[in-house]
Amino acid sequence: MGPSAESVLEVRDLVKHFPLTQGIVFQRQVGAVKAVDGVSFDLHKGETLGVVGESGCGKSTLAKLLMVLERPTAGQVKFKGQDIYSLKGKAFKAMRRNIQIVFQDPYSSLNPRMTVGDIVGEPFDIHPEVAPRKDRRRKVQELLEVVGLSPEHINRYPHQFSGGQRQRIGIARGLALRPEVIICDEPVSALDVSVQAQVINLFESLQSEFDLSYMFIAHDLSVVRHISDRVAVMYLGKIVEIGDESQIYGAPSHPYTQALLSAVPIPDPAQRASKAQIVLQGDVPSPANPPSGCRFRTRCWKVQDICSSEEPLLTIRPGISHPSACHFAEQTQIVETLTPEDVALPPAAATQDGLTQDLA
Amino acid sequence: MTAPLEVSGSDTTAAPEAVLEGVATIEGRSLGQIAWMRLKRDKVAIAGAVVVVCLVLMAVFAPLVVRALGHPPNEFHYKEINPDTQVPIGSYGGISGDFLFGVEPVNGRDLFSRIVYGSQISLLIAFLATLLSVVIGTVMGVVAGFFGGWVDTIISRLMDIFLAFPLLLFAIALAGVVPDRGFGLSGDALRVSLIVFIIGFFNWPYIGRVIRGQTLSLREREFVDAARSMGARRPHILYRELLPNLVAPILVYSTLLIPTNILFEAALSFLGVGVRPPRSTWGGMLSDATHWYQVDPAFLIPPGVAIFVTVLAFNLLGDGLRDALDPRSR
Repeated sequence: MGPSAESVLEVRDLVKHFPLTQGIVFQRQVGAVKAVDGVSFDLHKGETLGVVGESGCGKSTLAKLLMVLERPTAGQVKFKGQDIYSLKGKAFKAMRRNIQIVFQDPYSSLNPRMTVGDIVGEPFDIHPEVAPRKDRRRKVQELLEVVGLSPEHINRYPHQFSGGQRQRIGIARGLALRPEVIICDEPVSALDVSVQAQVINLFESLQSEFDLSYMFIAHDLSVVRHISDRVAVMYLGKIVEIGDESQIYGAPSHPYTQALLSAVPIPDPAQRASKAQIVLQGDVPSPANPPSGCRFRTRCWKVQDICSSEEPLLTIRPGISHPSACHFAEQTQIVETLTPEDVALPPAAATQDGLTQDLA
Repeated sequence: MTAPLEVSGSDTTAAPEAVLEGVATIEGRSLGQIAWMRLKRDKVAIAGAVVVVCLVLMAVFAPLVVRALGHPPNEFHYKEINPDTQVPIGSYGGISGDFLFGVEPVNGRDLFSRIVYGSQISLLIAFLATLLSVVIGTVMGVVAGFFGGWVDTIISRLMDIFLAFPLLLFAIALAGVVPDRGFGLSGDALRVSLIVFIIGFFNWPYIGRVIRGQTLSLREREFVDAARSMGARRPHILYRELLPNLVAPILVYSTLLIPTNILFEAALSFLGVGVRPPRSTWGGMLSDATHWYQVDPAFLIPPGVAIFVTVLAFNLLGDGLRDALDPRSR
């Protein structure tokens, strides 16, 4: 099932500033960390939107905003046309069922004192209207089966599972309420490379089975390329470029995207010499004090006067097939020799991730 | 070397670990069960636990123990005492088959009985004071850590104030001025309650800080975010997510707080502001013994050893519990 043009999530000018305060008793605000600073995009039904960017660019804050774990400073998120931040009480709680999250760290995201059955069944405790009490055990076992775990594991504790299996438990919990959107906050970056492929394949098969839309946050470009229909590139709290997988990887137009892509390792040693790597100078500026105009200008090799005075908007520019936030955007092929097969992950182990039985 | 990701779609979901099918009866072991198994392997901790259990049984069944092996604790035995020197006649403080730990100088009271009855006071006060500290400390720590913000600021500053209090001086002053009856209590009950209050009420910040720190770190864990993102309310997060994870530190800290409180009670009795005579206390006996150490040094040994063994046993048990319950020490 391919993605349709119908939007499930509409994110408009989303802003999250964390205040910086000074003083112990009488706190006064001395500034703000602009973690997410004006982000807009649509998530279409059935599609996977990859979000890439380096550490600290606001990816995880964006995920927390969409899960309403944080309230935004400004902006709107509409789920099927309804603003999720304006809902209250029961309607808000019911809305939460539609957007679920899979976390990065499979060790900290499962309560060590609860059995797998309690963890996967917890959504039913919080939303008792979804499943009658007598059906819950069966539903939990079904969910375990769906994510490739044995239903017999229902009475086990998280510490008896490997990282990949724990991530499957987290995915089962995310599926329990039959959401339409799942936010994946770097769901494979804490896993062994051999296990990553299995978990990603699980995500893909679940997408068609349950008609899910994913927002897939990652910093691994090849993982994102493999799973995403569209890709958004973030830098310092803003999206700098957004487009189809083929547009972003085949014809990147923003200098930052080009630099990111040029850093992807090439698996074939013979071709390494022919590759021109763009090495960025300097560090990412502090999000508490971002540069004026274009935020990337302090590290950009194309910088001119206009970059510091005028902020480039994320729009479709002449000669470019997709929106890009650069005054001097031009499409360049950076990873010319790469095909989707080349950026694939290392070979998946023949079996499911091995079960480590913790008999300590 | 790179292989395409495409594993045929059915493989990913269809086959749950076939390896395990044969041994489906494997039970999940809770962290508590695992901790118990680890504790059982720790010989030193088990030795401590055995001593602790014996001490508790001895305190609870003190009348039976004394009837079987000793004399009533306040019965005088002048025939055991040399009337000229006031010192026990027998060697080593008058130890004999009849008086297992010897007798007291001057009156000839049975030291074994007094030690056994003294354990009642020591353990009762230590347990109750610990309970009081743990209850106040846990509530304050969880509230401070969970709600944060100005609630945390106020409670944390309150802890600082309590910790800055000169506890021993305060205890001496308060125990000295409180009358013999009050608050509907009198005699020993009032003294015990007063000492429990002093020790327990001023010791809560220690455990409060530990619990606050644990709560703060637990609150930021992703499983709490997961529950919140599903719409869990605060009571659910508190009782289902946080408190079960706080049981281990509370248990460990309580076991380590008990010996401290035994020592504090002994110190108060030694200084003469504890439970009053003729009720026997270990600290009080030690204090009496210091007047006789030149002519009857054996008098010092029973109360001293009793305090030492009890404190050591609780500490060994507490250390063992901490090792068994702390997954990081594996």
